[in-house]
Amino acid sequence: MIHVADLRVRFGQNEVVKGVSFSVPRGASFGLVGESGSGKSTILRAFSGLNPAWTGQMTLDGEKLRPKRDKSFFRRVQMVFQDPYGSLHPRQTVDRALSEPLLVHGIADAQPRILRALAEVALPQAVRFRYPHQLSGGQRQRVAIARALMAEPEVLLLDEPTSALDVSVQAEVLNLLADLQQARALTYVMVTHNLAVVTHLCGRVGVMQGGELVEELSAEDLRAGRTKHPHTADLRALTLNLEEPDL
Amino acid sequence: MVSGITRDWLLSDSPASRSQAAWGRRYRLWLQFRRHGLAMAGLCVIVFVVVVSALAPVLATQNPGAQDLAARLAPPSAAHWLGTDELGRDLFSRLVYGGRITLGMVLAVVVLVAPFGLAVGCVAGYAGGIADKVLMRVTDIFLAFPRLVLALAFVAAMKPGVESAVFAIALTAWPPYARLARAETLTFRNTDFVAAVRLTGASASRIVLRHIAPLCLSSLIVRVTLDMSSIVLTAAGLGFLGMGAQPPSPEWGAMIASARRFLLDEWWVPTIPGLAIFVVSLAFNLLGDGLRDVLDPKQS
Repeated sequence: MIHVADLRVRFGQNEVVKGVSFSVPRGASFGLVGESGSGKSTILRAFSGLNPAWTGQMTLDGEKLRPKRDKSFFRRVQMVFQDPYGSLHPRQTVDRALSEPLLVHGIADAQPRILRALAEVALPQAVRFRYPHQLSGGQRQRVAIARALMAEPEVLLLDEPTSALDVSVQAEVLNLLADLQQARALTYVMVTHNLAVVTHLCGRVGVMQGGELVEELSAEDLRAGRTKHPHTADLRALTLNLEEPDL
Repeated sequence: MVSGITRDWLLSDSPASRSQAAWGRRYRLWLQFRRHGLAMAGLCVIVFVVVVSALAPVLATQNPGAQDLAARLAPPSAAHWLGTDELGRDLFSRLVYGGRITLGMVLAVVVLVAPFGLAVGCVAGYAGGIADKVLMRVTDIFLAFPRLVLALAFVAAMKPGVESAVFAIALTAWPPYARLARAETLTFRNTDFVAAVRLTGASASRIVLRHIAPLCLSSLIVRVTLDMSSIVLTAAGLGFLGMGAQPPSPEWGAMIASARRFLLDEWWVPTIPGLAIFVVSLAFNLLGDGLRDVLDPKQS
């Protein structure tokens, strides 16, 4: 479904992504983990079309992607952002946010679609005409997920979708994402720095360091500690220490 | 209680329609605004002046152009509430009709200037690159001219009158709005919510018109309200210099100009239109301050 080969992104003199390659089959989830500044979010932004300054090869379903995307691309690929407080327009109601993709793509029967979308992300009908500042962080992130799904995409790019949320809400949102993937046969690419989150949702994981993909392994291998690259082992040790500081 | 029902409807935390949500938001802003005593005073004065100007034909006790040389420069009395000017014209009636000219000029300038400045600023801010450079340098050029001098030169080149005064003021009033809108656009263009709209595949014009411009609007409204007083003053200044409204018409600045000879002996003749200019300018400033506190909390 997704194939990335030798992707390079520079910001000025600084090369942030240094020749990254990976592929994700249809219906699978691929996780990108790494420290802040390792270039993982930059890969997502380049793939989504938000950052056109990249070189290399990216294909979606065998189709080569150009720096400038057309409308049909945005029907197939959508993104959920890290900060639910920044990703919703402060002056637009939930209803307006959800109807925007429908208007842009000329999709009919907005009303039933919006109601269905709210039900799908387990939001009550009462929030439909609320403004973002009247919602909790978890509710906002559900709205952002519902918005991403409005145009019925095949690929969802998740940029740390839970890191701005409370721990209890994180689990709810992760379960929601897992359910949605089952129900809609979505393909996920998720960026996170949290190994527990990535192994919960993703079958395969790529580990980033300094703009390079240093290791790609399955979630089971990562959980069991069968790592090859020292950075992966470091990240894993760090997570274990944080979770069980006595050990 | 009817007002209770309406209030609940407005303050409902789960509105049933987009318009209810929008009116609820406006009502909350109004509740916030109502707490500013001075701003409310400014609003009352402006509403009062607007109503009086609109009802000028009903309220005026006499024809504002009717001359009565026998009663020239009369002090305030029952027949002439605010006295008469050097041609025996009733000052109260002239003041009431003059409000139409002054407010009309303010309105015309705002209608010309605000959308233009907003459009230039949003396009420059969102497009960036060469478009931004060209638009902002043009803005800088207009910003570099002293306002009244450019307006004077422009009016002098054209025919003196209300229309040329409006154009002249508009010509010098738009650059600050363009700068403001550009600055606001720059803060919004890289936010995640704009990125999310870009990812729906929306065109640049749709993003600017429907998502960015509405956000620039509130600070623009504040700025326009605060600027209205200076528009009133510039209009009066042009009138005073003989470049704005022409003699028979009762524009406040022109009234002061024609009566300034009598300032020492019949002081009320130039003072009354002067007070009107002062009160309206002050009211716009107070209103603008209140609006800024409500619409633009980050700046207070």
